[in-house]
Amino acid sequence: MTAVAAGPVAVRRQPDASPTKFLRETWLVFARQMLIVRRTPIRLVIGIAQPIAYLLLFAPLLKPALASVGARTTADAYRIYVPGLLVILVLLSSLFTGFSLLAELRAGIIERARVTPVSRFALLLGRALSEVATLMGQALLITVLAIPFGLSVRIGPLLLAYVLLIVMGLLAASLSYAIALLIKSPAALGPLINTFAQPLALLSGVLLPLTLAPHWLIAVARWNPFYWSTNATRALFGGSVSDPAVWKGMLLMVVLLVPVMWWSVRLFAKRVR
Amino acid sequence: MTSTRPAPASQQPVQQVADEMIGVRGLRKSYTVKHKRKTVSVDAVRGIDLSVRRGEIFGFLGPNGAGKTTTMRMLTTLIEPDGGEATIAGVDLRRAPGEVRRRIGYVAQGGGTTDEVTGREELVLQARMHGMGRAEAERRADAALSAFDLTEYAGRKCATYSGGQRRRVDIALGVIHDPTVLFLDEPTASLDPQSRARVWDEIRRLRENGMTVFITTHYLEEADALCDRIAIIDHGEIVAEGTPDQLKHEISGDVVMVELDPVADQTVALLGELPVVSQVDTTDTGFVRLYVPDAGLAIPQILRALDGAAVEFGKIELQRPSLDDVFLAKTGRSLRES
Repeated sequence: MTAVAAGPVAVRRQPDASPTKFLRETWLVFARQMLIVRRTPIRLVIGIAQPIAYLLLFAPLLKPALASVGARTTADAYRIYVPGLLVILVLLSSLFTGFSLLAELRAGIIERARVTPVSRFALLLGRALSEVATLMGQALLITVLAIPFGLSVRIGPLLLAYVLLIVMGLLAASLSYAIALLIKSPAALGPLINTFAQPLALLSGVLLPLTLAPHWLIAVARWNPFYWSTNATRALFGGSVSDPAVWKGMLLMVVLLVPVMWWSVRLFAKRVR
Repeated sequence: MTSTRPAPASQQPVQQVADEMIGVRGLRKSYTVKHKRKTVSVDAVRGIDLSVRRGEIFGFLGPNGAGKTTTMRMLTTLIEPDGGEATIAGVDLRRAPGEVRRRIGYVAQGGGTTDEVTGREELVLQARMHGMGRAEAERRADAALSAFDLTEYAGRKCATYSGGQRRRVDIALGVIHDPTVLFLDEPTASLDPQSRARVWDEIRRLRENGMTVFITTHYLEEADALCDRIAIIDHGEIVAEGTPDQLKHEISGDVVMVELDPVADQTVALLGELPVVSQVDTTDTGFVRLYVPDAGLAIPQILRALDGAAVEFGKIELQRPSLDDVFLAKTGRSLRES
C-alpha cells in the first residue's frame, strides 16, 4: 500500500480513479471469473459443441456451394466459412452473457462487490473480458481443428482477426449487459436477444457471404455493423491486411465499442439495486 | 482512534455526537412504480432520523415493506437517497460514498458467495477488493477463518456449506477489512436456533472488538437479546426508538391479565375507567389485558373494583410487556403476523 498523508481524518487516501487501481481491480474480477470457468468445464463443452458440429458436418458441403464466389479448393471454402463461424460463436455467446450478469446480481455476488471501493467499470469490464477470453480459447480450437480440412492462414492476419473478434465480443457483451440491466428479467431476456441476435448474425453473412445476396438484402445488411466486421474478418483470413474492408470493420467496431460500453457502465452504476 | 480530550461537563452531548458512527437526518427515498399503466410514486422512507454510537449493536425492526431494507441500502451506498443527510463513520454518505465503502462492511440477507469457489478463495478476493496485497489478504483470510471457526471448511466449495456455515462465511466476508461499522441485513433469517445463537455470539464478539453493528431483523427475540438499542420503522417512518427496556416501559409499565367468565363489556368498561389503568384489551382466551404503569399499585385497586361490582373472576396474571407488545402498540399490528 502507498504511504498516506498522516492527518486526523485522512479522507480520500487514494484517488478513486487511478489507472493502476482500475487495472488491478479489472484483473481481480477477470481472474475470479476465469477461476469459475475452469471449475465448470461443462459450460465450455456446451459452448463449443455446436460450432464444432458445424465445422465437421456442414463445412464439407461448402466447396461446391461456394464455387460461385470463387472457392476453387476446400481451403478456399474454409477460408470463407471458418471466419463466419467464429463471428457467430463470438457474437451469439457474447450477446447472451447478460444472463450470467442477472444470475450474479440475483445471487448477491455483485452487490457484495459494490460495497467495496472497487470501480463499477472494473466489475463489468473484468466480466466481459473473461467472457471474451473464454471465447478466444474456443475460437483458437476451431481454427486449429479446421487446419486438417485444408484451412491455411498467415499468422499475422490471423492475430489481427483475433483482435477484431475480441473487440466484437466486448461490444456484444456490453450491449448484452445494457439490455439485461434494462430488462432485468431472465425470462424476457432470452426471447428478446434471440429476436434480434438471429437476424443480426444472418445479416452479417456469417453462414454464406452476402456477395451471394440480392441487392436489397445487401442494402439492409450495410446498416448492420457486424456485416462490416464479418467482411473484415474474412479478408484477414484470406490473408490481405491491406483490403479496405479490414480498416473499415476495425474502425467501426472500436468507434461503437466506446459509447456502448459507456452506456452499459452507466446503467450498471445507476440501475442496479 | 481519535484522541479523547477531557471535556467540561457542559460539553458532554458534543462528545457523544463525536462518537456517533451512524448519523441520519431526514433521509428520504421514493420509488416510482407502474401500477395499471399509471406511474405511482411510493414513499419508501419518509425522512427518518437515526443516531448510532460507537460500539452499539443497533436493531432496526419493521414489518416487510416498512422501509427497513431501503434504509439499509441507502446507508451502504447501494442506492442514492432522494433527500436528507447521513454520516457514516465520520464520512458524508452523499458526498463521499467511495470513502464510506472503505469503512463499512455489509452482509446482505441472501449472502453472496459463489458456489464454485472455496470459502478461503472468497475471503482472499474480498480482502483484495478492499485494496490489500495478496500476502496480506491471505493472512487476513486465514485469521478470519480461524476466528469464525471455519478453518475445517476453508478448502471446500461454498456450494457444500450448511446454512450456518455459509452465514458465518458471509459475516467473515463482511468484516475481512476490519470495518468501523458493520451492516447486517436479517443476519439469522432461516437459520436453526443453534446456528442463530452462534451468529449472535459472533456479533457480540465483533462489538467487543469495538465494531458498531447495525442489523435489521424481524425477530423480536433477536432484537431483545442482541441489541443495545432499537428503532421501529413502519410505513417509512420511525415510530419508536430506545433500548428494548425503555420501549417496553414506554408503552406501559406492566401488563395485568384478568380471567373473566364471561368477558362482559360492562366489566371491561369498569376496569378501563380505573385511574391506574392506561389501556384495556380483551383476548380471545377469556382474559382482559390491562396496561398499567405499576402492577404493584394497580392490582389491589383492580381487585377492589371487581369486588365492589360483584364480578366473578378467575386467575390474575402479571406479564412484562414484550417487544411484540411495543410493536403492536406502535404499529397496530403484531410483528408475528407479517
